[in-house]
Amino acid sequence: MIRLIDVHKSFGNQEVLKGINLHVKEGEKLVIIGPSGSGKSTLIRLMNYLEEPTSGQVYVHTHLMSHNRRAFINKIHSAMVFQQFNLYPHLTVMDNLTLGPRKLKKVPKREAEEIAMHYLKRVKLEHKANVYPTTLSGGQQQRIAIARALTMQNRVLLFDEPTSALDPEMVQEVLDVMIGLSKEKNFTMVVVTHEMGFAREVADRVIFLDGGVILEEGTPEHFFKNPQNERCKAFLGKIIR
Amino acid sequence: MFKAESWAALFRDYRIFLNGLIATVQMTLVGFSIALILGIILGLFSTSGKKPLRIISRIYVEFIQNTPLMLQALFLFYAVTFAGFRGFKPLVAGMLALGIYHGAYFSEVFRAGIEAVPKGQSEAAYSQGFTYVQSMWYIILPQTIKIILPPMVNQVVNLIKNTSCMLLVGGAVDLISATNAYAVGLSTARYAAAAYVFSGIIFFAICFPLSRIAARWEQRLKARDQQGNIPKKKNAPDNVSDAELDRMIGENSDGELASGTRENSSEGGGLE
Repeated sequence: MIRLIDVHKSFGNQEVLKGINLHVKEGEKLVIIGPSGSGKSTLIRLMNYLEEPTSGQVYVHTHLMSHNRRAFINKIHSAMVFQQFNLYPHLTVMDNLTLGPRKLKKVPKREAEEIAMHYLKRVKLEHKANVYPTTLSGGQQQRIAIARALTMQNRVLLFDEPTSALDPEMVQEVLDVMIGLSKEKNFTMVVVTHEMGFAREVADRVIFLDGGVILEEGTPEHFFKNPQNERCKAFLGKIIR
Repeated sequence: MFKAESWAALFRDYRIFLNGLIATVQMTLVGFSIALILGIILGLFSTSGKKPLRIISRIYVEFIQNTPLMLQALFLFYAVTFAGFRGFKPLVAGMLALGIYHGAYFSEVFRAGIEAVPKGQSEAAYSQGFTYVQSMWYIILPQTIKIILPPMVNQVVNLIKNTSCMLLVGGAVDLISATNAYAVGLSTARYAAAAYVFSGIIFFAICFPLSRIAARWEQRLKARDQQGNIPKKKNAPDNVSDAELDRMIGENSDGELASGTRENSSEGGGLE
């Protein structure tokens, strides 16, 4: 579903990703972990071309990504959930959810609102349809952001540290929604996270990124019980208490 | 100047001032439209990812902002005429000069407004599949309007006042030129003081309400900003009433907003 071929990415003189080869299969739930500054955010943002690689190719489904094709490919294939939610503050929750489908997919207003309501119920916030996002808690905003991603009805869901900006007591409500989604075979999910419990529960595959390269990859069992790489071991040792 | 006779004369000759006012309003409206279009285009240029566009916008803005409006107007009116073209009527030259001049300032207002919207907003739009133009139209520009309205209105006030530089362009018909012609006219020179005061009152009557509106909008914006700074509930003491809490918030947050963009200080002689 997503294929990265020898992808390099530099910001100025600093090379953040040093030749990544990665194939995310259709329906796969992939979790990316790694210390901060390891390039994991850049890696996931390459998948919808919010970052453009310095060299190498990104394929989504059968399409080769390019600057000019980004809008078209993202529209039909993927949706992203951000660390900072990035809801549109000038629109109500309902309009946040229907803007994309209506303007990009030409879904009629009524139908778009029905779809939006369906996903709002799914994140248990149907009673917040007509409020503005800034009146909601962080956890609620992130659940709305997930609903907004779902209303695009695309197969690929990208999560870039979706719980990192949340107060601790709100993390679980967001993870619960994501765990629910992970049970659906339709969705291909790529998640950058520090939530190891979540990774263990939902991941088909975990990759550990450090210094711009993939140092370890495998199933959660392999990954958490028997990591081979020293840096990966050290990282897990620090983060799992 | 406070002689009843002077004011009676002004009252008798009100048509001169009315026509001047009409020309000034025309110049303002057309100048504003030109400035708005130029401002949006150049503002988008200066926030775009393409370096040539940013450079074009930068050169335009710096060149226009760092040469006198008067010179630009004179150039438009005289130089173009002497270059062999038919030249512009004073009114048209005024509209163009004001549009070109304030376009530079409008573009800076738009740039500041667009840059005030967090980057995550356009990223969210791109991730959904919006193009650059769509994301600007549906997501970024609607969020900038509230930010740019106050400095924008201030610019309009400046624009109205700047119609005065048409005085140097011979044969202009705007309010200032009309007033001055009246004040130095052989038969009306006696009423000069009253004529200037009268003209000033007209300008004040137009510009003052606009300035007040801009100030009110700015205040409201600040108030809204302060709402965003409400401390998280868990940090607030449990045993205070809402009113007390409001007061505490009012004291703690300064609610500074970067609406005092550089174009506001431009007319006042570089306060920055």
